[in-house]
Amino acid sequence: MIDILNIFLSDSFWAASLRIATPLIFGVLGALLCERSGVLNLGIEGIFVVGAMTGWMTVWLGAPLWVGVLGAAFAGGLFGLLHGILTVPLGLSQHVSGLGITLFASSVASFTYRTALPQVTSPPRIEPFRALDIPVLSDLPFLGPVLFQQTALTWLALAMVALVWWVMERTSIGVALKAVGDNPEAVNAQGLSVIRLRMGAVIAGSALMALGGGFLTMSAFDAFFFGMVNGRGWICIALVIFASWQPGKALLGALLFGMFDALQVRLQAEAGAFIPGQVFLMVPYVLSIIALVVVARRADYPRALLVPWFKGQR
Amino acid sequence: MIEIISRSTQSRLTSIGIPVASAGVALLLAAIPLIAAGAPVLSAYGQMFLGVFGSVFTFTEMLTRATPLIFTGLAAAVAFRAKLWNIGGEGQLYLGALAAVWIGTGMIDGPPALMIPLVLLAGAMAGGLGMVGPAVLKTRFGADEVVTSLLLNFIILIFVQMMLEGPFKDPMGLGWPQSEPIIDAAILPQLMERMRLHAGFLLALGTALIASVIMTLTVWGFRVRAVGENAAAARHAGIRVNRTYLAVAFASGGLAGLAGVSEVAGLKGYLTADLSPGFGYTGIVVAMLAGLSPTGVVIAALFVASVFVGADSMSRAMGVSSFLADLIVSMSLICVLLGGFFSRFHVRIKARAVS
Repeated sequence: MIDILNIFLSDSFWAASLRIATPLIFGVLGALLCERSGVLNLGIEGIFVVGAMTGWMTVWLGAPLWVGVLGAAFAGGLFGLLHGILTVPLGLSQHVSGLGITLFASSVASFTYRTALPQVTSPPRIEPFRALDIPVLSDLPFLGPVLFQQTALTWLALAMVALVWWVMERTSIGVALKAVGDNPEAVNAQGLSVIRLRMGAVIAGSALMALGGGFLTMSAFDAFFFGMVNGRGWICIALVIFASWQPGKALLGALLFGMFDALQVRLQAEAGAFIPGQVFLMVPYVLSIIALVVVARRADYPRALLVPWFKGQR
Repeated sequence: MIEIISRSTQSRLTSIGIPVASAGVALLLAAIPLIAAGAPVLSAYGQMFLGVFGSVFTFTEMLTRATPLIFTGLAAAVAFRAKLWNIGGEGQLYLGALAAVWIGTGMIDGPPALMIPLVLLAGAMAGGLGMVGPAVLKTRFGADEVVTSLLLNFIILIFVQMMLEGPFKDPMGLGWPQSEPIIDAAILPQLMERMRLHAGFLLALGTALIASVIMTLTVWGFRVRAVGENAAAARHAGIRVNRTYLAVAFASGGLAGLAGVSEVAGLKGYLTADLSPGFGYTGIVVAMLAGLSPTGVVIAALFVASVFVGADSMSRAMGVSSFLADLIVSMSLICVLLGGFFSRFHVRIKARAVS
């Protein structure tokens, strides 16, 4: 018990929680934008891979880190555009299109990586984002390491939570976006374009997802590996339901998840002698399923989620 | 402006023509990555063709590769018919394989003639139960089976790794995390001398035939389709929808489990954690290319297996990454999805009316 208490009192635990949560914050926000507009985006797992690869490769080719961030977002947006075209004006199955995007995006990323680097034994490294060093703040006890020694991308993720919240709650575009996921016919009746709103949401959401991937190669690690995304995208799809499609709760969900993940790593160090390590590795996925089951009945799905909309046809 | 008009009927021609055209378009689109990789395009295609049809050996290799894809393709086709989104084929495949090595490495000392049926049954049961879990979470708690079945893939793979480093570890395996070899009586026999092709392929063909009969000719198949087309209406008509979901889940998971049995008892002989290079996920593409028809699954699996085996051979000869195969397969999924749109709608472009 004392050991667990010590874990919760250590600043490194809370710093790790926020670090682990960062890619999920991007991913959940991206999924939230898409789903709020009525489009499920199962392309998320592949878009994470594309973001990770593009961000890394842009920097590896010599561009500054922030250009890598833009490159990742742009690549994610492109695959979002494809998913949007298939599901919004064409109204095709969002499930199948999303899975297709995941397979397509990950093969594009893997093929590109392998073609650029046919024979490498160890993945080439880049100089990733460094921990912030803000005078005074970074030196604060506890808060310094937890908040002010993270990388800039973590702060970008937190800023995105605020931005998405502000757009959704305080702007007319946000009001229209929420309406289009609930009742597209009403939005159309007001003279707004359902197609444009949904396309915009899917592209922007996909760009955010790709930033989650970019964080992995440009901040959490310094190289691209096959399989590095490892289900993080799917976890975001579970978390967005857990968060009832609210940006604030999305942040909370991602942080809770980060805490549990950081905790299992530390418990593994404590209890690894008695319990096989794999039990701990399962924890994040099991938790996601539990979170989903707990909220499933109460989940207030956007009413037009998965429902294609065609002009003049109800 | 662009006008989209719904077609009243779908011809038999489009239901076969669209998947074939999609596969062709995806193959043609592969020229783009080939050019990007700096490979001579025509000889690359030639190499891919020879890699499948060049010799009896390469052709049987393709059939060997198609075997698990027929099973996982059937798994997806049966579930998607009921609009039960089983994306957990990969995990169910591993559950089937794990059950196969559990029964097949000497746990049961049954009569040799019974060993193969027992191993198949165990694998199908394990895979089936692997999908019943998400189906129960869906029917009892309303939890989306897409996410739960997907996440289970990761849990099951970690579980298999744990088993292979624990109770299932081969003491003679020089420390590698692999299971003991399956006993001879439980091995699916080879079909030809010096070829890896095994009885699992015939089993897959037979299973596809049975699935086709069940889905098109039986009341059960009708119920599955009714639930998939409109669950509310099916419930209204007195079909027990939840029970149908559970049965479909068990059948679908069982089919994916058989893929694992066939790989482990027909091809590898023992279980490792890298048994499947994503056969479960590729099965979804196979099912979609097949238009969810069980007989179509066989043809689609042969196509997808040809792409993989051909691209592997081309990759070895010309140094182009074998991820090209994944590219072609994923592009054919997107093409067939697009093709489905054109089979259902006319698109007419006409001058904008002046208002």
